[in-house]
Amino acid sequence: MAKRIDVSGLSAFYGTHKAIDDISMTVEPRSVTAFIGPSGCGKSTFLRTLNRMHEVTPGGRVEGKVLLDDENLYGAGVDPVAVRRTVGMVFQRPNPFPTMSIFDNVAAGLRLNGSFKKAELADIVEKSLKGANLWNEVKDRLNKPGSGLSGGQQQRLCIARAIAVEPQVLLMDEPCSALDPISTLAIEDLIGELKERFTIVIVTHNMQQAARVSDRTAFFNLSAVGQPGKLIELDDTDRIFSNPSVQATEDYISGRFG
Amino acid sequence: MASTTPTQTDTAPPVSRSERSTGRAGDKIFAGLSKGSGILLLVLMASIAAFLTYRAVIALSKNEGNFLTTFDWNASANPPVFGIAVLLFGTVVSSIIAMVIAVPIAVGIALFISHYAPRKLAAPLAYVVDLLAAVPSIVYGIWGALFLVPQLAGLNLWLDQYLGWTYVFEKTQIGVARSLFTVGILLAIMILPIVTSVSREVFLQVPRMNEEAALALGATRWEVIRMSVLPFGRSGVISASMLGLGRALGETMAVATVLSPSFLISFHVLNPGGGTFAQNIAAKFDEANEFGRDALIASGLVLFLLTLLVNGAARLIIARRKEFSGANA
Repeated sequence: MAKRIDVSGLSAFYGTHKAIDDISMTVEPRSVTAFIGPSGCGKSTFLRTLNRMHEVTPGGRVEGKVLLDDENLYGAGVDPVAVRRTVGMVFQRPNPFPTMSIFDNVAAGLRLNGSFKKAELADIVEKSLKGANLWNEVKDRLNKPGSGLSGGQQQRLCIARAIAVEPQVLLMDEPCSALDPISTLAIEDLIGELKERFTIVIVTHNMQQAARVSDRTAFFNLSAVGQPGKLIELDDTDRIFSNPSVQATEDYISGRFG
Repeated sequence: MASTTPTQTDTAPPVSRSERSTGRAGDKIFAGLSKGSGILLLVLMASIAAFLTYRAVIALSKNEGNFLTTFDWNASANPPVFGIAVLLFGTVVSSIIAMVIAVPIAVGIALFISHYAPRKLAAPLAYVVDLLAAVPSIVYGIWGALFLVPQLAGLNLWLDQYLGWTYVFEKTQIGVARSLFTVGILLAIMILPIVTSVSREVFLQVPRMNEEAALALGATRWEVIRMSVLPFGRSGVISASMLGLGRALGETMAVATVLSPSFLISFHVLNPGGGTFAQNIAAKFDEANEFGRDALIASGLVLFLLTLLVNGAARLIIARRKEFSGANA
């Protein structure tokens, strides 16, 4: 189910502005890869190129290749809608559908993919909510609006919504930055469990978080404001945080800039 | 004196008394102004209602017919006989026709402008739709009578022939299309801009992150609209429709110009004839005597109540699903 991501020579643009330049990397299946780097270095932009969400921004454009196992996501004739059904995403701010109940939120993706029997749907919703460690908190109020939950619960609801469709890859764009420490811990534990089943890529501003949850860490940087962001290095998390091979990485993780 | 105070306060390091007091005075003036406006509105509404009720009671106490069921309007006759049955029917039916035609089209235009059209096209298009609202209603009336009525002859024939079995579209009376159906079409055009622009504003306010949530699940553009835009905009579209309905219920000149007035109730909406509250008042007011005017005012009071009722119903619909409205997101 989990697939390998193979990126080569990828650049992304906003209109004429180049946001990231010539990035190549491999993300192993069933692992957590963290993207760190200063604001504006293009790590979120890069993340959004992995499920073709970058191009929904007006002026957004991508060059290069992203292989999911052997299939190029930017190949001719590839439908971005189909890509997004295999590469799920969790956003910075929890964004459950405010007009839907908790149940319908989790079922939303499934209903897009086809028709399910009622019992089947209920099974998957329960499984997904359990997978997101939310089941016990919401099982008695599945038909209440999702927007009535706390921020941390909403984010786990969004994770349940994303994993309900059994994606190959799960992208997380600073999933804890709007949450308190306890909710953050809950999500981090969850990431540890989810990597058994999914390939996970997470953008984070919190370096301790990267150190805690990820197997591999990629450091992004930009040479100056207005310049495109670049991948500086990608290595095992232990190595990045103890003995990085590039000086800029060391400077960043030791807090000398950024 | 006023010109010297600012320089003095500028040099004084602590917050000067004069500065604070202008702030407070400003607060008071503004609070007074806004409170006054609020009270003024209530007083206005109350006095309009009181005036209408007072004059209506005079008329109703002398009415020899049943006000609710009489199919006639002879307020100036002796004894006076008048009733609102035909007017209520005509007003409601023509407004329903207008809503059925206008709301889906308006929502479609609003979605196109907010979510489909390229930016370069969206702005001019929105402007053109708003321009429709700037056309005076008498112009619509003249256009309706001189252009729409003759042009609709063909459509009426077609509807009669193919949808005549529905009863509603059966045309049993020969004559030009000065019917409630034509009035409904005209009203639809007239309320299109208000429904469109309010809906468009609501659709534009859908949080980007809600739409991205749907996109990231692999929703197509239409599915994004169905999952996040329409549910979020639902209460706004209802409000927009009610604003439009309010205009349709009360529209006077356009209706008076197009409709050939008659005091008959017929569900064959293509048949010429019928009447609405506002049209009847416009047609009868000039020639009415003092008592006749009171009678017309009584019908105006019913229109007033009808509009209140419609607005109340709309609020109920919106409030019923408040939890899910997105307001608490």
